[in-house]
Amino acid sequence: MMNVPENLRYTSDHEWILLEGDVAKVGITDHAQEELTDVVFVELPDEGRACDAEDPVAVVESVKAASDIYAPIAGEIVEGNAELEGDPSLANTDPYGAGWIFKIRVKDVADVEALLSPDDYKALLG
Amino acid sequence: MSEIIQETPLAALHVELGAKMIPFAGWNMPVQYTSIMDEHTAVREAVGIFDISHMGQFFLVGEGAEEWLNTILTNDIAKLEPGQGQYTFMLNENGGVIDDLIIYRQAPGRIFLVVNASMIDEDYAWLEKALPDGLTLTNESDSWAGMAVQGPNSPGAFAALFPGVDLPPRNGLHTWEQDGETLVVCRTGYTGEDGYEFFSSAGNGSAWFQRFVDAGAKPCGLGARDTLRLEVCYPLNGSDLSPERTPRSAGLGFAVSLTKECGFIGKDVVMQEKEDGFKERLIALEYTGKGAPPRAHYEVFTKEGERLTELTSGVLSPSLKQGIAMAYLPVDYAKIGTLVDIDVRGRRFEAKVVKKPFYKKG
Repeated sequence: MMNVPENLRYTSDHEWILLEGDVAKVGITDHAQEELTDVVFVELPDEGRACDAEDPVAVVESVKAASDIYAPIAGEIVEGNAELEGDPSLANTDPYGAGWIFKIRVKDVADVEALLSPDDYKALLG
Repeated sequence: MSEIIQETPLAALHVELGAKMIPFAGWNMPVQYTSIMDEHTAVREAVGIFDISHMGQFFLVGEGAEEWLNTILTNDIAKLEPGQGQYTFMLNENGGVIDDLIIYRQAPGRIFLVVNASMIDEDYAWLEKALPDGLTLTNESDSWAGMAVQGPNSPGAFAALFPGVDLPPRNGLHTWEQDGETLVVCRTGYTGEDGYEFFSSAGNGSAWFQRFVDAGAKPCGLGARDTLRLEVCYPLNGSDLSPERTPRSAGLGFAVSLTKECGFIGKDVVMQEKEDGFKERLIALEYTGKGAPPRAHYEVFTKEGERLTELTSGVLSPSLKQGIAMAYLPVDYAKIGTLVDIDVRGRRFEAKVVKKPFYKKG
């Protein structure tokens, strides 16, 4: 059974979101990293970039394929996880921890609440 | 016209073994079971097994089969003793590659051809239209299951399954009967490792594949097959080879005999190219630093920003942990050590022309 932490929100594109104040940390889910398998490169978003929900802002690449990572909510990118540049496999080994991808200052915190709950996401995975 | 996706006789077993299946060249094929990295490493360090049943199997039979086929394909069949195989090309009249294939001379007047999956119909039609009386060409692709067993431990897996049966030497072929079934093993492969390609009846294919797995071979998908072959600069037809380019411009002149008396279709163009000199060469590129994995069709630029070409293949090499790619570059840029930039989604990563292959055993 996939690891779906209870304290996070999710998107149907398999991203997770952790809201801390008005900044949300975003990464890919355990399911996503398992589907991608070996992550070999992560292209981080530029800090200061304003984005709308569902804008492609980062790219996670496995040996075989490049996958866009979308902004789950509107806001402004405040940080990319520079650790991933040295060790992209953190996205595989610790997707909810050291493998986070970027932080976004959210326009409206209510947007985060509107994302999928852990139960909704589990249902999506089936 | 909607494309019909075909399945190999091993499709159900792949799913049972946990494969992720994708459409490839009209076939539903396993891309990976665990991960491309795992499977790639298994072949480099131990032994892996790939389903190659999607590839085509033709037989050409009749007195003079060798002499006739020698006028169609580029390599020199006269060099083959019975029980030996060779890599060769089928060219169009312009000297461009229709297909790269391996032929085996099973016995005098009996040739076994293994062709690319996407080219089965085209290759068959090309041969059949010129087939002289007295020779029989059969497409037996549906009757056979094929698997490539590759890696340093592949001879051990064979010995475990077939005690008393000798594995042929490099490029050799051995055919034998066992429990009423014809089995064929060819000491060839497309990974740069020691290995062989094994053919059985389609009906028994899954059972044989499973026996190799039980003997220690890790099931491997097309993903690892692609990273392995690119590390040793083996070309992929449709990507690194095309009907517009000659095999010699791809650096594969060793499989093109310009000296055999009978010639071959496309030879005039190949000879003219030899006289005029190459305009472009298929070269190997390696990143000089870290970067996003290069992939086919990414554009290549000079250091001054002029667009040169696009990549024909590219990947982050699991063995070298570095971006590697192949591309046709104008000859002025094809020299070892030349620096170029590869564009990945608007970012440029520097790469250097290096000697082939990227990866050498040992």
